[in-house]
Amino acid sequence: MVASAAVRLFGMWASPAVRRVEWALKLKGIEYEYIEEDLSNKSSSLLEFNPINKQVPVLVHNCNPIVESLVILEYIDETWKENPILPVDPLERAKARFWATFVDVKCREESRKAFFMEGEEKEKAIENLQVQLKALDEELEGKKFFSGDHIGYTDLAVGWMAFWLGVAEEAAGFKANYDVKFPNFSRWMKDFLAEPVIKDNLPPREKTVEFFRAFKQLGSCTKVNQK
Amino acid sequence: MGETLKLFGWKVSPYSHRAEVALRLKGLKYEFIHEDLANKSDMLIRYNPILKKIPVLLHGDTPIVESQVIVEYIDEVFDGHPILPKDPYERAEARFWARFIDEKVRPQVWMSCWTDGETQKSFIAQAKESLAILQGRLEGKKFFGGDSIGLIDIMACSLALWFGVMQEVVGLNLLNEDDYPELCRWGEEYRNAEAVKECLPERELIVGFFAPRKDRIFAKKAPVYD
Repeated sequence: MVASAAVRLFGMWASPAVRRVEWALKLKGIEYEYIEEDLSNKSSSLLEFNPINKQVPVLVHNCNPIVESLVILEYIDETWKENPILPVDPLERAKARFWATFVDVKCREESRKAFFMEGEEKEKAIENLQVQLKALDEELEGKKFFSGDHIGYTDLAVGWMAFWLGVAEEAAGFKANYDVKFPNFSRWMKDFLAEPVIKDNLPPREKTVEFFRAFKQLGSCTKVNQK
Repeated sequence: MGETLKLFGWKVSPYSHRAEVALRLKGLKYEFIHEDLANKSDMLIRYNPILKKIPVLLHGDTPIVESQVIVEYIDEVFDGHPILPKDPYERAEARFWARFIDEKVRPQVWMSCWTDGETQKSFIAQAKESLAILQGRLEGKKFFGGDSIGLIDIMACSLALWFGVMQEVVGLNLLNEDDYPELCRWGEEYRNAEAVKECLPERELIVGFFAPRKDRIFAKKAPVYD
């Protein structure tokens, strides 16, 4: 175990990007100090460690800040070698990174539109999201997790969808219908959320739905800065 | 690995260039397969069914897609010119800047070209700030990677050529020597680097893409290929 003072994580309770980092730290058995940020009143420490994006999560290791959740995941995996998150084989690593980029850029964009928009634009975003979910569903054919028998980098990257997609649906009144249309993905969501490291590290659902409901009413993407 | 390397690409695309320059930096032999993006080949769709985009690197029979993923793959598999640093913290730092370029600089600079009125003013203000921040990262060095080209340089390549051409086509003067002397100096170093020279498209090719499609790109705010 690593001494807690050496590893600090600046986060916000509702943020999927922050939880992603916490899941990785816990999978690796790394002890860390967690600092909850009020994003409407950011601490001077956060601004000092992440002056460019001013966002959470920020991992501080031996006083060095690392930002961007997927970048942090790779840093964690390269620094602490036990219980590897990324595959060893370079082709498998490339595949894992592709899926991470796919969900972080493409799926998140369509989910964001489905969440914030109304009418035709909302419907179009849901359609696009379903095309993306189909790709994820096909990738899971014959596999328990994206990374195989155990959760790994790709599962942690896609993981926000297992919890926060449902939250977004409830808060914004839409349905992507994955339980009906995408059985592999639907099964993966349940299995992922049942994993001890994940189950014990999720925000309370009702409180999160309320948070995102309020977030939608504000109609702004800049209130909660998270990556 | 003795397997063949093929790159499905398009010379006008900076993303395609990223993959190509990484191959050149490592001194690798590869076959460049030119894709007509208005008429994508069956092979491209077979190897990248989800996104249907270039670049696609084919190593033997296995495709690798997404330009940064391709660059990191090439760096991990092949010896020679190191593209990412060895130290995990420095690697994280390089990857942070790669994301900053792709998520802030490039979209802001693109939208500065293809909007007007108040919207354009807003994007220009954002782009100016991001360009200044990126310029600060150079810290007077020859390249973002120090003495030699690294990941950040490769990811920033559109600032070395493509953006300059695009801004001329639309009549914008955002990236210029007065405001960004260091970035422009870097751009020249980048363009003149051996591995880059070998695979950089001619300005005229890029002009030839943007100029006739100006109005349609302006309407769509995204590239139009036909």
